[in-house]
This record gives sequence, C-alpha cells and structure tokens, in this order.
Amino acid sequence: MTHATTDPTSDDDHVYLTLSEASPGPEGEARWAYGTGFADPLLGVDTALPDGVDGADLGAYCLMLGDDALILAQRLIEWCTRAPELEEEVALANLGLDLLGQARQLLTRAGQVDGSGRSEDEFAYWREEHDFRNVRLVETPNGDFAHCIARLLLFSTARHALYELLGGHPDQVLAAVAARGVKELAYHREYATAWTLRLGDGTEHSARRMQAALEALWPLLDELFTAHPVELRLGVDPAQLREPFLRALGEVIAEAGLTVPEAAPLAYVGGRAGRDGVHTEALGPLLAELQVVARAHPGANW
Amino acid sequence: MATPAAPAHSARAGGAWEVAAAVPDPELPMLTLADLGVLAEVEEDEGTVTAWLTPTYSGCPAVAEMAADVDARLRAAGYPSVHVRLRLDPPWSTDLISETGRRKLAEAGIAPPQPGSVGSGAVRQGVLRLGPTRHVVHCPQCGSTDTEELSRFGSTACKALWRCRSCREPFDRIKEI
Repeated sequence: MTHATTDPTSDDDHVYLTLSEASPGPEGEARWAYGTGFADPLLGVDTALPDGVDGADLGAYCLMLGDDALILAQRLIEWCTRAPELEEEVALANLGLDLLGQARQLLTRAGQVDGSGRSEDEFAYWREEHDFRNVRLVETPNGDFAHCIARLLLFSTARHALYELLGGHPDQVLAAVAARGVKELAYHREYATAWTLRLGDGTEHSARRMQAALEALWPLLDELFTAHPVELRLGVDPAQLREPFLRALGEVIAEAGLTVPEAAPLAYVGGRAGRDGVHTEALGPLLAELQVVARAHPGANW
Repeated sequence: MATPAAPAHSARAGGAWEVAAAVPDPELPMLTLADLGVLAEVEEDEGTVTAWLTPTYSGCPAVAEMAADVDARLRAAGYPSVHVRLRLDPPWSTDLISETGRRKLAEAGIAPPQPGSVGSGAVRQGVLRLGPTRHVVHCPQCGSTDTEELSRFGSTACKALWRCRSCREPFDRIKEI
C-alpha cells in the first residue's frame, strides 16, 4: 500500500485495494474477485457500541444468529447437484447466499464487540463444535426435499419475525443487518410457503412426505422461541414471537391440507442445547466439510 | 420503513460524484452504480474523497468489486486520498434504481422492477397472502404481457427467471425488494 492515510481504523488495507492496484486505470479489464471476497463485510460502518449494551452479550448474540445463518447456508448448498430441478437448485443456492451474507456481517460484528477482534473467518473456520451457538434445527441432516422445505418454512417464518423485531434494536449494526435481512427472509418464506402448499396439496404421496417432514422437525422448533439469558439481557425476548408464529404457520399448514404436529420439544441436555454449544451428532461432520480447506492451508489466500 | 431519499451529495463534491457515479455495476454492466442506487453519497473534504456504497443483498459477491472500482476510478481521476465505506442503513431497495436505470435494463433484455411495489409478494407486513403473486411484466423482447415466472430465483440474487408466452423467449427480471 502506497497511499497515505490518517484514518486510525486503517480499514482501507483490504484485499480489494490490492486488486484495484493490480488493474490500473478505470478502463482496466473487468475481472472477478471470486475467492478473494474476504473484504470486511462491515467496511467503514460505524462500529461504536451503543450505551447500555454489553459487548460480550452482543457478541454472543451475533454469534447465535450468525451461526444459525452460516450452518443453514451450508445445509442448503448441499442441495447443489441434488435438487429435483435445476430451478430449485438455483433457488436454494440463492437462499444460502443471502444467509451467508447475513452470517458474514453478524460474525464480523461479533468480533468487533466481544473484545476478541476475531474475523468472520476465524469464527467460521477455527472454532470447535461446542463453540458454535446455532439452534439444532439448522444442523440436522437435509433429509428429502420435503424436509428441506419444512425446515425453510419453520426457520424463515421465525427469523423473518425476529428480524422485524431486531430492526429497532439499539445496536445500529445489528438493526441494519436485520432490516436488510427481513426483506430477504420474506422471499425465503414465500418460497417455502409456495412449496409447502404444492406438496401438501399435491398427491397423496407428496402430502404424506410433507407431513412427515413437519413431524420430524417440529421437536426442534422450541429452541427458536426459548429465550436465552443473553437475549433477555439485550432486551430481546423471542418467546413473544411464538404465538404469532404459530398462527401464521397454522394458516399455511391448514391451507396445504396438512396437520399441525403435536410432537414434544427435543429435550435439552443438562438444561443446555444449541445456544450453549450442545449439538446433535450431525454438526461435527458438517463442520469438518466446512472447515477442512481452511485448516489444511492455514493463513492461505486465494 | 419509509422509502429512502434520493442519493445525497454535496454540491462541492460534484466532480467526485460524477466519477464514482459512472462506475459500471459488475453484474449489470449496462448500469452505473448511480443508476442502480448503490452509490449512496460522495463527500469531498480537503482533497479526501469518501464514497458510501449500499450493498444490494447481504450476500452480494460484487460488493468488493464495486468498492475496488470506485476506489480505482477516483484515484485515476486525480483524487489522491480515497475512502470507500459501506452504508447499511437504509437498506438498498429496487425503488432506488433510477428511471434511466430501468430504461437501460429493458434495453438490455432484462425486465426492470416495478417502482413502488416493494413488499407486494406473498408476505407483506406480516400478512401472508397464499395465492400466487401477480405482476404484469412486459417481455423485454416483444413487449407482450403474456409472460410467466419460471423461478423466483435466477442467475444472481437480484433476478428472477421469466418466460414470454408470445415470443417464447426466456428473460431475466429484477425482482422487487
């Protein structure tokens, strides 16, 4: 870097500036920055912590939400080359991309406010399973396409409502991520709703599988609406979203000719679950695949 | 959320604004960042130029590319000190695409989003509409309104895939967000 800067944050020292110097002149050949997209997803955004918000709590909460998005994105991209139709494959990849973008911003925010200074990559690639804070709903294996749709329906309906709530959070970064995300989640919810109706109101076979998927995932729903102490300290109570969620979901399920499951919530382990780092056995293999390249080549850029 | 105001920039930054505003979008190169509404503000202060960009989607992979292009163009135009920043609030909306931008999209065979129709899908302000979403979409090739959506999700995060039943051509459409 040759240009002088008096900016104390020095956040212009980014890989993309190296790229821009490598391609001199405004008419330089168009080039893609694939694989180099590790530029700070919160570049130059005011990072100040608002009064009355505890940095450790906010960091922990951003990890919870960021891990939900990261792990579900990873599950969605597993559908690449496996979806029933090309259009659905593209759709699922698009949903995963939105979630990955949200995860990058949330993990970056976590590192800014928790005092560790960790980057999104350090969080994604160098934490162990018990340090991930996602709910168990997002980590369970994909199952069939009906499972994919059922999980998307549950997650996107719940996350859409939560992001609406968080749009008014005192932390401006979290609020901005939520305000952006709520519009994206509206599309996710719409997609999952349309497929739930199509499968539920389709053939006897498709309805049976859609119902089975809802039954299988229903026990994992509770965690999304069980307030964690960290959330309560930040003034966020997801429990208040449970009833409106069940009403909206019940409408979709009824319209699809399906039945709202009555399965009991999956038990916690010693009072702990995903938000405390206690996961199902499915998370380990997922993380192995997610992290293997970064761990095989520590510090590599590509 | 209220419709964001038009991009703001101070009069004295006219030169720098013009330079940054002319940068083409990496994914839709027929549009400039200003046409797309991604360039939020340009400020010039004692020779230092700061440009704010508002990314389209959270996962838009073109953000780094846009920032690099703005940085490079401003430096090439003679501004020695350039900062590029992201502005996340208010979030980007297709309502920020300019009239010129909509025209250029249509000329390039991409159906532009309908202004002011953000949130008109199945989910709007918490109310769920279960019926199919109806948009009157003109085929950018032949102008027919006998068109149908093939997939809500297309080649990039911001596009849906459509087909014209009159001329049989498939086409991309920027979806409202």
